[in-house]
Amino acid sequence: MEQFLIDTFGDNILTYIIMPVPVLIFLSLFALGAVLAERKVSAYMQDRYGPNRVGKGILQTLADMIKLFQKEDITPAKADKLLYNLAPFIVFTATFMGYAVIPFCSLYIGADLNIGIFYFLAITSLSIVGILIAGWASNNKYSLFGAMRAVAQIISYEIPTALAILIVVMIAGTLSMQEIVELQGGGILNWFIFGGPGGATKYILLPFLFAAFMVLYISTLAETNRTPFDIPEAESELVAGFHTEYSGMKFAMFFFAEYGQMFAVSAIVATLFLGGWQSPFGELIPVLNTPVAQIIWFILKGCIFVFVQMWLRWTLPRLRVDQLMILCWKYLIPVSFINLFAVGLYIVL
Amino acid sequence: MRKYFKNIYLGFSTIWIGMMITLKHLLFYKNITIQYPEQRLQLPERERNRLYVNIDDCIGCDQCVRACPVNCIKIETIKAVPGDKVGKTGETSAGKKKALFVPKFTIDFAKCCYCELCVFPCPTVCIYMTDVFEFSEFQRNDLVYDFTDLTKEQAEEKRKKAEEWALEMQKKKEAAAKKPPEKKVPLKPETNDKNKSDESPDSKSDDKPSKDS
Repeated sequence: MEQFLIDTFGDNILTYIIMPVPVLIFLSLFALGAVLAERKVSAYMQDRYGPNRVGKGILQTLADMIKLFQKEDITPAKADKLLYNLAPFIVFTATFMGYAVIPFCSLYIGADLNIGIFYFLAITSLSIVGILIAGWASNNKYSLFGAMRAVAQIISYEIPTALAILIVVMIAGTLSMQEIVELQGGGILNWFIFGGPGGATKYILLPFLFAAFMVLYISTLAETNRTPFDIPEAESELVAGFHTEYSGMKFAMFFFAEYGQMFAVSAIVATLFLGGWQSPFGELIPVLNTPVAQIIWFILKGCIFVFVQMWLRWTLPRLRVDQLMILCWKYLIPVSFINLFAVGLYIVL
Repeated sequence: MRKYFKNIYLGFSTIWIGMMITLKHLLFYKNITIQYPEQRLQLPERERNRLYVNIDDCIGCDQCVRACPVNCIKIETIKAVPGDKVGKTGETSAGKKKALFVPKFTIDFAKCCYCELCVFPCPTVCIYMTDVFEFSEFQRNDLVYDFTDLTKEQAEEKRKKAEEWALEMQKKKEAAAKKPPEKKVPLKPETNDKNKSDESPDSKSDDKPSKDS
């Protein structure tokens, strides 16, 4: 894709503007769909119907978006104007920049960096800065509380995330996303959740990789501030956390970023453990390995994880701050260290 | 150490149980939301909603007004001149003769407390509860319902007639019995006025709080 654009437009800025546009379009559509899906899923889990008026409910998010466009853009009088206005853009930009290294198919990846997954970890952490700025600049105690909780939570959960990712990186021997996915080609049994490519001995790793998968999923869930880890937003205690004061399109930016993050982390989990855009049938059915099918596989895998995120959200209550920290420091991190040692030992031997 | 692994096991197993419950609801349970405007619950048998007055049966007896604890019903009456029919037939549906015109029969549903006390004293069962409960308005004044069947002009005409007739009667009485002129004479118009004078201060004092509140 990148090479094709460079060939057509030349190696200039136009190429690099066009490059992320498909992702942005996908992200907007995904956010529209996911917000509706979330409301529908929550409704049906509670034996309700959910939105079913605007165009049978399908156009509900579109209507909400139009409503958000019309809303008054309020900046609190005592807020730090510059930072207040900057924060939503930082959060969204950080989320969107993470998409640069997500491989949608064998032909399309924003930038196939040789430090891809490391870049993802680094750049999504940038959204903490945006959240802290939002909380601080709002000049509101709920916002500040939410922001501080968010920072504490996200920084804590970076560690198990990084350790879980490290396990895959150790087996794959590369940080490049595209290469990690390519290694998992050839059927469902070559996915990293089943030990990646290799002989029969790889199945020794199965419990460790499964544990790493769970650790990664749980900690990325915490990084996106979703229930049961939504203490930064904690509706019942903090109004809305760091975006309490935001209205209209700035609020929409936070919302957009949240759903963007949901898909981004799901995509990362899918890429690292479930073979990214690889078809589960490998080479058996070649049609399912064309780039278009790859995109569908990838989005499907991502959406399954997004659905599980929603499912968890409407099942579990919110953790307390101490429970959150206990889960991270006493369970996830030791488990990931044991995983790390076990996988390291396997690789060395 | 055992407790540690037990905790992990418990964490996963309980989350799994919870997730299965929500999944079951997501997939198999019937939605119980009532799609309100299209789908309605049956109202209870003794529901109390908006009042309706069948003015054809109303004899202007003022009983409901007296029963009302919040003074939301207002009635004005005019005596019918002999030979003048009240309503179409001059009778209620039960065959009772109507002697009073009702040029004003308003119920202020902003004030009404839906106690149903006005329904029981009504001798002709012309005021009763309906099953209408959706009648919100943008203006509070729109909640004042007028049930009369007389237009303003008609009411004015009837009032004039009644006054003329009262004067006539007065004259007749004066002519008939010249002896007791002072005592009986003011009685007649006063009764007619009394209704009004009873009403008007009442209605004024009622209007004020309604505007304030």
